[in-house]
Amino acid sequence: MEKQVADGLREVFQSGRSRPLQYRKQQLRALLRLITERQEDIEQALKQDLNRNTYNTSLFELISIENDIKLAESELGDWAAPRPVKKNLNSALDDVYIKPEPLGVVLIIGTWNYPWAMILQPLVGAIAAGNAAVLKPSELSEHSARLMKELLPLYLDKEMYQVVTGGVAETQELLKQRFDHIFYTGSSTVGKLVMEAAAHHLTPVTLELGGKSPCYIDKNCDIAVACRRITWGKFANCGQTCIAPDYILCEPSIQDRIVEEIQKTLLEFYQKDPKSSPDYCRIINTRHFDRVLALMNECTIALGGESDRSQCFIAPTVLKDVLPHFKIMQEEIFGPLLPIVTVNGLNEAIHFINAREKPLALYVFSSDKTVIKRMLTETSSGGVTVNDVLMHYTVDSLPFGGVGNSGMGRYHGRHTFDQLSHHRACLIKSFAMEGLNDARYPPLTAARLRKAKFFMQHRMCSCSGICVWAIIATLLAIGLLVALIVVLTVLI
Amino acid sequence: MESQKQVLERLRAAFRSGVTLPVHFRLTQLEAMMSLFEDNENQILEALHEDLAKPKFETVLSEIEIVVNDICYAISNLQTWMQPTYVGTNLATKLDDCFVRSEPLGVVLIIGAWNYPLHLILLPLIGAIAAGNCAILKPSEISRATEKLLAELIPKYLSQECYAVVCGGAEETKTLLENRFDHIFYTGSQSVARCILLAAAVHLTPVTLELGGKCPCLIYGRLDMKAAAKRLVWAKFFNTGQSCVAPDYVLCTTETRDALLPFIKEALESFYGSDPQQSPDLGRIVTDRHWDRLVELLKKSEGKIVIGGESDKKTKYIAPTVIVDVIESDALMQEEIFGPILPILTIKSLDEAINFVNEREKPLALYAFSDESQVVTTVLERTSSGGFCSNDGIVHMSLPGLPFGGVGASGMGNYHGRWGFETFSHKRGCMMRSWLLECVNVLRYPPYNESNLSWLRWATTAKKKGWAACSVM
Repeated sequence: MEKQVADGLREVFQSGRSRPLQYRKQQLRALLRLITERQEDIEQALKQDLNRNTYNTSLFELISIENDIKLAESELGDWAAPRPVKKNLNSALDDVYIKPEPLGVVLIIGTWNYPWAMILQPLVGAIAAGNAAVLKPSELSEHSARLMKELLPLYLDKEMYQVVTGGVAETQELLKQRFDHIFYTGSSTVGKLVMEAAAHHLTPVTLELGGKSPCYIDKNCDIAVACRRITWGKFANCGQTCIAPDYILCEPSIQDRIVEEIQKTLLEFYQKDPKSSPDYCRIINTRHFDRVLALMNECTIALGGESDRSQCFIAPTVLKDVLPHFKIMQEEIFGPLLPIVTVNGLNEAIHFINAREKPLALYVFSSDKTVIKRMLTETSSGGVTVNDVLMHYTVDSLPFGGVGNSGMGRYHGRHTFDQLSHHRACLIKSFAMEGLNDARYPPLTAARLRKAKFFMQHRMCSCSGICVWAIIATLLAIGLLVALIVVLTVLI
Repeated sequence: MESQKQVLERLRAAFRSGVTLPVHFRLTQLEAMMSLFEDNENQILEALHEDLAKPKFETVLSEIEIVVNDICYAISNLQTWMQPTYVGTNLATKLDDCFVRSEPLGVVLIIGAWNYPLHLILLPLIGAIAAGNCAILKPSEISRATEKLLAELIPKYLSQECYAVVCGGAEETKTLLENRFDHIFYTGSQSVARCILLAAAVHLTPVTLELGGKCPCLIYGRLDMKAAAKRLVWAKFFNTGQSCVAPDYVLCTTETRDALLPFIKEALESFYGSDPQQSPDLGRIVTDRHWDRLVELLKKSEGKIVIGGESDKKTKYIAPTVIVDVIESDALMQEEIFGPILPILTIKSLDEAINFVNEREKPLALYAFSDESQVVTTVLERTSSGGFCSNDGIVHMSLPGLPFGGVGASGMGNYHGRWGFETFSHKRGCMMRSWLLECVNVLRYPPYNESNLSWLRWATTAKKKGWAACSVM
């Protein structure tokens, strides 16, 4: 079945239907209608999947998708247009540009924590770039998967964009097929398997993975504001966010203050009993519930710690004095547990971060510019937000993606379009100026070689983009001057 | 002698120390690379001649000049490339700084190829150095003399802490690939590329693959036969056809073919004389094994040789050969030729030619020769390839403004000029939020309500083109 889907889509793509910009915009508008007209159905599905609040759904998923669609629709003309580049003397009279082209059929594998955004945001770029697409939503967020399968063909060209549902077996079968790009969001473990499968067909991949995103709180900062922002980012979606602050690094002297501020904020956000707050989500299933709960062993609970397996509920929990060798520090938490690891200042914090895999996101809270600068320049991560969390995700002009173990490739806004396009280098020459070409033809003479080197050089052009035109203008001016002198001489 | 692991650990320690980060260090290394070329031109010419009988002309243009140009380009532009790029924000983030930082990846592996043994390893190295990485170079063992020269010169000119050459064959490369790198840059064949990708998947290492394929050359419609023939012949027989972007085969009508052949013959004579074997400007096939493969292809082919066909095993010589009446199923059409044999296939229409190309893997380069701009545009619009050049061959590679790379079976990723810098960089999205206006952040905090959501929706809407909004915040 998966082979038929892939082959069928390839045939449809090759018909050329997805190439005209008009078609792409039409599909984008249809996608926008899907999420606006069916918003309630989507919210309902997410409530069943994750006990997600409707506001959370809009805030964390629908607004980003909508923004991406509107941006793509309005900028598509620019994005898809040929992009002229610098020339050398040899190509001064040629057309030299980069032409963005669709890749073909792309496979987008989504994930369960933000089942709509993680699949539809890449799809926006895939459509904008003129590709056909297979969407494979996560089976763990089964209500969303089912709804997506039902709705997509009602709005989009069902021959060009298809949803394949199923579990591990179906995904493996899909990965055996040949695609022109695979866009995967999920864990590093599965990311390796996706890359391995892609290797057989030499398929390029974008991997949006995860990791432990550290959050350093400097003692010189507004701790109350910092804790509010961190609490929001950590416990939204019950901690099941790839860029949630995974753990806190701070000096021992401010640990208690941090716990106190988080406690205050939790009360404000979810009131005394988060279990009955309509704004607090649940863990996706019992398997993950058990996994997350087990991470609390060995730890000292400073706040929270309550749980209820029947509801997959784990209270917002803060753990203090966590040591680096604890289990909770060995894997991405992906749940509402916030460990605090104490360090003796910035040096140790940087060292701690660099001793581990490069994370998807890094957070630093400080009022001291030197601290911020050092954190930025001495560490690496997919992205950074300073003095807040998650927010770099919301700016579509920033590329979003990982590095090292946290992934490869990037997307959002124009970056998705570029990621899912081929940038074809084009040199459009005429048969004119064949005389210039003589310089490169054998047999070799010293004079020919000198001429060939001269015209190949970029050295003159690199200092100024107008250099070539300056030379041509000068030559023209000299020519005109000579002509003027001749004319005047004749007249006189 | 250091083991591979020891070399890698040394480079990793150097990278961690931060020595490659300052622009001054990178510029010094790039300038040292320039000196490497300036001081050793003769040795370079000799090595390339030993490996491929490469004529001086070709070595200077395709192994020295092209690399030196890219070094200059990098030196002139590095400071600009290294600057963070500030990006536009939405209303909700108007008081914040959003920018993209270009950061080095770490320790990268560059695996070269034998056909342009200096160029294909040093041009990627420019990007790696410019981006602030350390690098291990693994030159091809097939181009032995150049391998030896690189192993001698790189440690002499570049920082030994940060850049190393590892020599060896398939076994050594396999062992090298078991290690973890932060990027692998490979130039070569598709079959080896698959192994590299599998090795890279173990460590989630991103890769750039510069592969090959059969680069078609469509010749159609009205054209300047003489100029077309010269350019085609130059591009095809440069480096004895051993270029990943050489026009592999020609597609044209019978009439075009018959009109073109005399000009091809003329061009060949003007380039290499009446006896190309005596010309100092024609190279040789790299090894006996490669020579055997090509001669075998010629034997198996059912086409008719109209020019050339001679060969001499002792000197690894194959004459510039043009062969007609070649059909799809011919031996010459089953693999990348990578030699001085030019098959001409005939088609009846442009559509037929385009369909022929589209039924095959996407090539690294695609050429269209025609004086009719409509023909060129049609071919460009209806096909896909790494790069495209009309009315000439190979030269699109010499423009550092253009990214050079494949698509589909011809590769992934690209380099040259700024593209090399970008390939070896991580583009880190950064946002510096203000401490102010925490009251605005309230909109996003629970307990959630409809009114807050509407405000947020409005404030985070994508900035529309030409909309100069004065921020309320």
